[in-house]
Amino acid sequence: MKRTSKLFAIAVTLFVAAAFTLSANGQGDGETIKIGVAGPHSGDLASYGIPTVKAAELVAEKVNAAGGIDGRMIELVIEDDVCKPEVAANTAAKLVGDGVVAVIGHICSGATKSAMGTYLDSELLAISPSATNPPLTQSGDYPNFFRTIAPDDAQAAVEVAFAYKMGYKKIAVLHDKGDYGKGFAEFCKAILEADGKAEVVLYEGITPGAVDYTAVINKIASSGAEAVIFGGYHPEASKLITQMKKKDMDIAFLSDDGVKDDTFIKVAGEYAEGVYATGPIDTSSNPMAIEAVKAHQDKYGEDPGAFFINAYAAMLALVNAIDVADSTEYADLTNALRSNYVDTPLGSISFDEKGDAIGVGFAVYQVQNGQYVELK
Amino acid sequence: MELDFFFQLLMSGLTRGSIYALIALGYTMVYGIVKLINFAHGEIYMIGAFTALIVSGVLSMYGMNPVFIFLIAITAAIIYSAAYGVTLEKIAYAPLRKAPRLSALISAIGMSMFLQNYVLLAQTSDFLPFPELLPEFGFLDSVKSIISTNQFLILVTTAVVMVLLTLFIKFSRTGKAMRATSQDRDMAQLVGININKVISITFVIGSSLAAIGGVLISSHIGQINFYIGFIAGIKAFVAAVLGGIGSIPGAVLGSFVLGITESFGTGYISSDYEDAFAFVILIVILIFKPSGLLGRKVSEKV
Repeated sequence: MKRTSKLFAIAVTLFVAAAFTLSANGQGDGETIKIGVAGPHSGDLASYGIPTVKAAELVAEKVNAAGGIDGRMIELVIEDDVCKPEVAANTAAKLVGDGVVAVIGHICSGATKSAMGTYLDSELLAISPSATNPPLTQSGDYPNFFRTIAPDDAQAAVEVAFAYKMGYKKIAVLHDKGDYGKGFAEFCKAILEADGKAEVVLYEGITPGAVDYTAVINKIASSGAEAVIFGGYHPEASKLITQMKKKDMDIAFLSDDGVKDDTFIKVAGEYAEGVYATGPIDTSSNPMAIEAVKAHQDKYGEDPGAFFINAYAAMLALVNAIDVADSTEYADLTNALRSNYVDTPLGSISFDEKGDAIGVGFAVYQVQNGQYVELK
Repeated sequence: MELDFFFQLLMSGLTRGSIYALIALGYTMVYGIVKLINFAHGEIYMIGAFTALIVSGVLSMYGMNPVFIFLIAITAAIIYSAAYGVTLEKIAYAPLRKAPRLSALISAIGMSMFLQNYVLLAQTSDFLPFPELLPEFGFLDSVKSIISTNQFLILVTTAVVMVLLTLFIKFSRTGKAMRATSQDRDMAQLVGININKVISITFVIGSSLAAIGGVLISSHIGQINFYIGFIAGIKAFVAAVLGGIGSIPGAVLGSFVLGITESFGTGYISSDYEDAFAFVILIVILIFKPSGLLGRKVSEKV
């Protein structure tokens, strides 16, 4: 009996609180524009979430200093989701309750997926700087989802197109059995098989940490592959390439952004020479990117962390959409995001029907003289 | 071509088997003498490899001959690993010698985690490039597609080490004492064998072999990090059980069976199931011969 009354009291409180926030939301000029920022701000993945908070803060400060959006100031509502799907649902409910007009985030694909349903019910949009899981946009389940990073399958498409360009007809596709590596390899395989321009002569997962890979390498050699596409991270890639080169195998090695990392070159040494890897297009020479990084250094005294530039672009796109649409209504905002280009540190971007950023993508790099060089 | 492929896989299986054998011997010897599964043995292997990395790094700054670097590095690795092995025994196992076996097992797992994290903090969690200590040489060019010079050196080194170990156990006084201790510890003590010394020597030998394995394989694959001991250790443990834990020839046989099974499994079926092959063969053998391939049947109180 006692418990039910307690629950009832909580329910009433929540209901009243919700009613108040809803009424507050309806008010017009003079009020601040609340923008939610969600991601892991504590725990082991905090290093992926905090740069986004800083990016949002920097953009908000800049906009507010210039008089806000049509006179209305931006107020950030920052919520931690620890990258956990079960926490993210609560985070989302909290942000909805706080009356935000849109959300920058979430960071991890799993957490994003769990939050998007809540936002959709409340007609809120979210722009993620980092959730690369393809179904988030392609399934069509979340018309309110946008992202300023290219999805995993876009990288596979770039990789395969490059393999065609180099004229490889027989390709061995390997992966490390992990979510990321296997996902990438599966996309590559699917694209290769659908196009029929090259043959997948071998498709296998290797065991990370195995004592040696000679058996797999023998298999690659006997499959007659002209190129290897590897999905995974640099430790396995450097082991594979080292052992392949030691066997004098002259087979091209193509990989993903898990390998486009300087540690790969450091570990594989001379054997890394000539390896191809796809990675996000290098925008570090973009004037806006330089400016954003400098603003970060000035304010926080250090270089920005992961996805900072993507988050900065997401925040700029959102601010621009509010400005152009002259509204904070869901339909107006999504419409504005889809129909306008905005200058960001990632270049001039807009969003397609599904929510993926147009103008953001991957490039192919090659190790030349001990460093990755973008191939034009 | 088909035959070539077969031999390539056989050689890669033998290479793997050699490495497993070098580690598995440590498991099996320690088990034979003190009836303890030393789960921190994989970490001793890793520490050996790290020692060689550091020593060879320093020496190569002085521009020494690669063969000397290799010899000094592997000697340093052996000394350092042996010191760690003995210290491990004194700190984590000796006080528990009279305690239930489960306590020592838990202590071993604790030491394994401790050593991993210790190296993680002292060095780094990143993968580090390991210098090519094993020299490449020419006379194998004609068969290079089947066996690389590295693999050849690993096989030869392992074979030499195995022969030396067998001779040592069979004919030396200490070897005899070790065999006596493994048969009956109390009786050995009664006839005047210093048990503590025998146990220490067992740890020294086991750790040295693991260090050799660590240096060989790291040089072969060219990289190293703090975690390499864990998987290699588990595989070597499986090999030791497969061959009959406590039996020295058993550990070697088990390692080669395991290495070759994995290699052929990868080559003819798929590397997707590489680890599965190891455990399937372990289960099959334990069902039909619970004591392992060469293990003796010992009636045990349960």
